[in-house]
Amino acid sequence: MRPSARSLNESERYCVRSLIFIDMPETRAKLLQSLSPRVGQNVKTGESRARLGNLMPSATTTGKPLRKGAPIDWTKVVLNGAMPLAGVLAALAIAGIFLALLKVDPLTAYKSLVDGALGSTFGLTQTLVKATPLLLVGLGICIAFRANVINIGAEGQIIMGALAGAALPLSMPGLPGFVLVPLACIGGFAAGAFWGFIPGILKARLRVNEILSTIMMNAIALQFMNFLLQGPLMDPENVRRGTFLAQSARLPKEVWLPRLVPQTLLHSGLFIAIILAVVVYIFLWRTTIGYQIRAVGLSPDASGYAGIDVRANIALSMTLAGGFAGLAGVIEVIGVQHRLLEGLTSGYGFTGIVAALLGGLHPIGLIPASVVFGGLLVGADKMQRAVQIPSSLVTAILGMIVLFVSGAGIWAKSWAAKRLAGRPQGTEATK
Amino acid sequence: MTAAREAVRPKTGRVEMRDIVKRFPGVLANSGVCFDVVPGEVHALLGENGAGKSTLMRQLYGMYRPDSGQIIVDGTVRNFRSPADAIAAGIGMIHQHFMLVPTMTVAQNVALGLPSGRGPFTDTKGVSKEVTRLGNEYGLKVDPDAFVWQLSVGEQQRVEIIKALYRGAGLVILDEPTAVLTPQEVEDLFTTFRTMLTEGHSLIFISHKLYEVKAISDRVTVLRDGQVVGSGRTCDLSQQDLVHMMVGREVKDPDPRPHTPGPELVKMQGLKAMGDRGLEALRGIDLSIRSGEILGLAGVSGNGQKELAECLAGMRKLSSGKLLVEGHDMTNATVNERFDRGMAFIPEERMRDGAIREFTVGENVFLHDHMSKRFRRWIFLSFDRMREHALSLVELFSVKTPSLEVPIKNLSGGNIQKLIMARELSRDPFFLVAAQPTRGVDIGASEYIHDSLLAQREKGMAILLISEDLDELRGLSDRIAVMYEGGIIGIVDRGSSTVEELGFMMAGVTLEQMRKDGASTGKACP
Ligand SMILES: Nc1ncnc2c1ncn2[C@@H]1O[C@H](COP(=O)(O)OP(=O)(O)OP(=O)(O)O)[C@@H](O)[C@H]1O
Ligand SMILES: [Mg+2]
Repeated sequence: MRPSARSLNESERYCVRSLIFIDMPETRAKLLQSLSPRVGQNVKTGESRARLGNLMPSATTTGKPLRKGAPIDWTKVVLNGAMPLAGVLAALAIAGIFLALLKVDPLTAYKSLVDGALGSTFGLTQTLVKATPLLLVGLGICIAFRANVINIGAEGQIIMGALAGAALPLSMPGLPGFVLVPLACIGGFAAGAFWGFIPGILKARLRVNEILSTIMMNAIALQFMNFLLQGPLMDPENVRRGTFLAQSARLPKEVWLPRLVPQTLLHSGLFIAIILAVVVYIFLWRTTIGYQIRAVGLSPDASGYAGIDVRANIALSMTLAGGFAGLAGVIEVIGVQHRLLEGLTSGYGFTGIVAALLGGLHPIGLIPASVVFGGLLVGADKMQRAVQIPSSLVTAILGMIVLFVSGAGIWAKSWAAKRLAGRPQGTEATK
Repeated sequence: MTAAREAVRPKTGRVEMRDIVKRFPGVLANSGVCFDVVPGEVHALLGENGAGKSTLMRQLYGMYRPDSGQIIVDGTVRNFRSPADAIAAGIGMIHQHFMLVPTMTVAQNVALGLPSGRGPFTDTKGVSKEVTRLGNEYGLKVDPDAFVWQLSVGEQQRVEIIKALYRGAGLVILDEPTAVLTPQEVEDLFTTFRTMLTEGHSLIFISHKLYEVKAISDRVTVLRDGQVVGSGRTCDLSQQDLVHMMVGREVKDPDPRPHTPGPELVKMQGLKAMGDRGLEALRGIDLSIRSGEILGLAGVSGNGQKELAECLAGMRKLSSGKLLVEGHDMTNATVNERFDRGMAFIPEERMRDGAIREFTVGENVFLHDHMSKRFRRWIFLSFDRMREHALSLVELFSVKTPSLEVPIKNLSGGNIQKLIMARELSRDPFFLVAAQPTRGVDIGASEYIHDSLLAQREKGMAILLISEDLDELRGLSDRIAVMYEGGIIGIVDRGSSTVEELGFMMAGVTLEQMRKDGASTGKACP
C-alpha cells in the first residue's frame, strides 16, 4: 500500500500542499476533509497512530499492526530496572570477598545489613528518613544531568539551604507553622538555588568547568556554616553553659514537620519529596522549560538554531539543581535535626548523585533508587557495628556499587544495541 | 609494516547477499533482498529514502546481523559479528555520516584500532608514508599530519577511503559519498574509483543522483520498501527507467511559472564576518531579495556560503554591515526575533543543527515552535496539537516513520531531511534561507521540495537558495548570485547564463573579464 498522499491526483496534491501552511487547524482539517476523506481522517488526532500503519508499507507487510501509543521498549525496561539491581548484587558479591579476607562471614554481615535496613520499624523508617534527602538531591541532579551539566555541588547547596532553613525560623519566632514551614522551605530553596546559580552562570558565561567550581563552592559553604555555628548562630544556651558545641539553638516547635510514626524520625518531608518527584517528571517531559533543558543537554547546536537560549538553560538547570539540594537541607533541619549542626549533610550531596544514576536519571526511577541507597546507608551502619569492620570498608562497598551499577548500565546499552543489530538465530544454522 | 603493505592488494572475490531479511521494531527494512558484486565492477544501489539501502549495506559490513539470509564471500558463507570481521574479509565501508576523530591527525585516524608496526609504540611516520603513497596512487591527496577538524568534507571523505584501502579492503561500500561533494570533487572521486577498479577493487555505490549512477556504475539494483524491484546492466537502463523503478511514476523538472516578484523584502549591505579559522570569510556582501523571488547562491563550497547562512540565521556575529528585513534592522537580532519577523532557516548540517537525534519525531516537529501559542498552554506543551501537526507533515511529505514516538535517529537519512524541510516550510515564513535543501533526498522528494519552494515563491516568499547543484539553481532561481572568496563576484538573471559561465564565475572570473576574453567557450560541466 502506498502512502495515501500519493492517492490524490496532481491538482489535489498541490492544493493540500498549500493548505498545510494555513495556521488554522480547524479550517485546515475541514478543507482537507473535503478534499479527500482519507487524508482528512488523519488530521483529526484520534485515529492517528493506527493510520500510520498504512503509511508504512513495510509495517503492514510484516502483518504486525503497530501498537497504540509508544510501544513498550523492553530493552529500556531492563536497562532502567533490572540491570542496576544486578549491579548492586554483583558489587555485594565482590565486597563479600573482601569481607571474607577480613575474616568476617559475608553472609552474617549482609544479614545484619538487611536486618538493619528492613528488620525493624525503626530500621525501616530510618531507611525512608535517609531516602528523603537523597531523593530531593537526586531530583536536582537529574535536572542538571539532562542539561548535560554535572552538579558536584549538592553538599554546599544542602548546607546553604539548611542555613536559610534554620536562620529564618530562628529569627522570627512566634509565627504559626503554616507560615514558618513554607517560609523556611522557600528560603532554603532560594539559598541553595543561589549557590547553584553561581557555578551555573560561570559555566554559561565564561565556560568555567562546573565540576571544579562546584567543589570549591562546597568548601566555601562548609566553612561559612562553621563560622556561623561558632559565632552568630551558636546556641545561646550552649554559650551560657560554656559547652560551645558547634550547633544552633533549637528551632521553634511550630516549624517542625509532623512525625508519621511515633517514636521514630520519619516525618512528612517524605511526601514532599515524592510529590516533587512527580512534579519534576512533569516539568522535564511536559513543559516548555523542561523541553528546552533536555534539548540543550542533547544538542546545543540544534537548540541554538531553534532559538533556545543555551546559556540561560544551563544556568537555570544548575539553579534548579541547587534549589532542590537546598530544599533537602531545609527538610533535614526541620524534619529530623530541628537545629543546624555540623555534619548535617552526611554526604547526601554525593550519595544523591549515585542514587540519581541508579535511578536512570529519571525522577520516578529515582524514588526506588533513593530508598535502596537509604537502606544501604542504614544497613551499613548496623553491619559495621554487628561484625566490627572499619567504616571505610562500608564506603568502599558503596563505591563498588556505584562502579558496578554504572558498568551494568554501559553493558546493558551495548547489549540493547546488539539486540537491535540482530538476533543470530537462523544465520548460524545455514552454514 | 610490510604485512600491512601486503594487505593493500585487493583480495576480495565475489560477494553475494542472499534473501536478506531485516526487521526493526515496526519496520521491515529488507525483505528477501538478493545482491552481489564481482571484482572490478561498480554496482550501484538505488532507492527512495528509507528503502533500506543503508541497512542492507550495514549488514554486509557486519554492523547489523540479518534476521535471515546469507552473506557469501568468495564461495563461503560468512557470519560477520562486527565490522572487524567484515574488514578482515576485505570489505570496507564509507558511511553516510563520517566516523573520524576530529582531534586526531589523518595518520592517527587511519591507524586507529590497528596493530602498530612497532609493537607497543605508535608508528606515525610509517603510517604517514603509507597514507601519502596511497594518496598518490589513487589520487587521494591529503596531508597525513593535518588534524581532521581542519579538513573540508571532501578531504575527510578521502581520509575515509584511504582508511578502507589501508585496511586492505577489496570491496568498498560508499553510502551516498557524493551528497556532500562539489561537482569538481565528484569528478576527482570518480577518477579515484576508476583507478581502484583497474587495481581489481570492486565498489558498491549509493546515490540519489542518476547521472552519477549512469556515469560510473556497471550494474544497478533498485530497492523499494525493502525489496528489489529491478536490477540490470546500467547501459541497458535509461534514467527514465531508473526513475520509474524507484518511485513508480514520472518525475518532472521544476518549472517555475513566470511571475513578477514584489517589493524588496531583504537587503544585505556590506556584510562582513570572520570564519572559524580567524580569517575573514565574508568580505562585504551586498544582496537584495524581493518578495516572491528565489535568489540562488552558487559557489564552490568554502567561499563563504556557509558563513553567510549562519550570519543570516543569527548563529554567527557580523563584524560589520547591515541586514534589513521588511525595512527592520535585523543585524543583531536574536534567533527568536528573526523567527518573529518571519525568517526561517534550513541549515546545511541538518543532522547537527536541524534536529535533536534522541528526541522523538514528534518532539522534533515543534523544536522551533514549542514556545508559540499554538503548541503550548502556559508552560505546558500541547502534545495533541503537536501530534496533529506532525501527522500532517509526515503524511504530506511522505516521511517514512513507524510512529511519531520513535527517536528521529532511527529514521533513514533522507527522511530526517524531509521532516526538517517540512517543518520549516510549514512555519510559513516570509524569508527562507535554504542551504542544500535536497542534499541526500531522493528524486521524488526533491521534486516535491522544489514544488514546495516554487509554491511559496508564488505566495510571495523571499527565498535564498544556497546550493552546489547548478541544475537545481538554474531550474528554480529567478536570479543567481555567485560567491567567490567571501564576496559576490556576479549576479545573473534566470536563463541568461550558461553552466560554463557560472562555472567560470565560481572559479573567480568576472562576467566582464569573460566577455572581454571571449572565454565562454570553456570546458562544459557535466
Ligand atoms: N537503527 C534503526 N532502528 C529502527 N529503525 C531503523 C534503524 N535504521 C533504519 N531503520 C528503518 O529502516 C528503514 C530503512 O532505512 P535505511 O537507512 O536503510 O534507508 P536508506 O535506503 O538508506 O534511505 P536514505 O536514502 O534516506 O539514506 C527506514 O524506514 C528506517 O526508519
Ligand atoms: Mg541511507
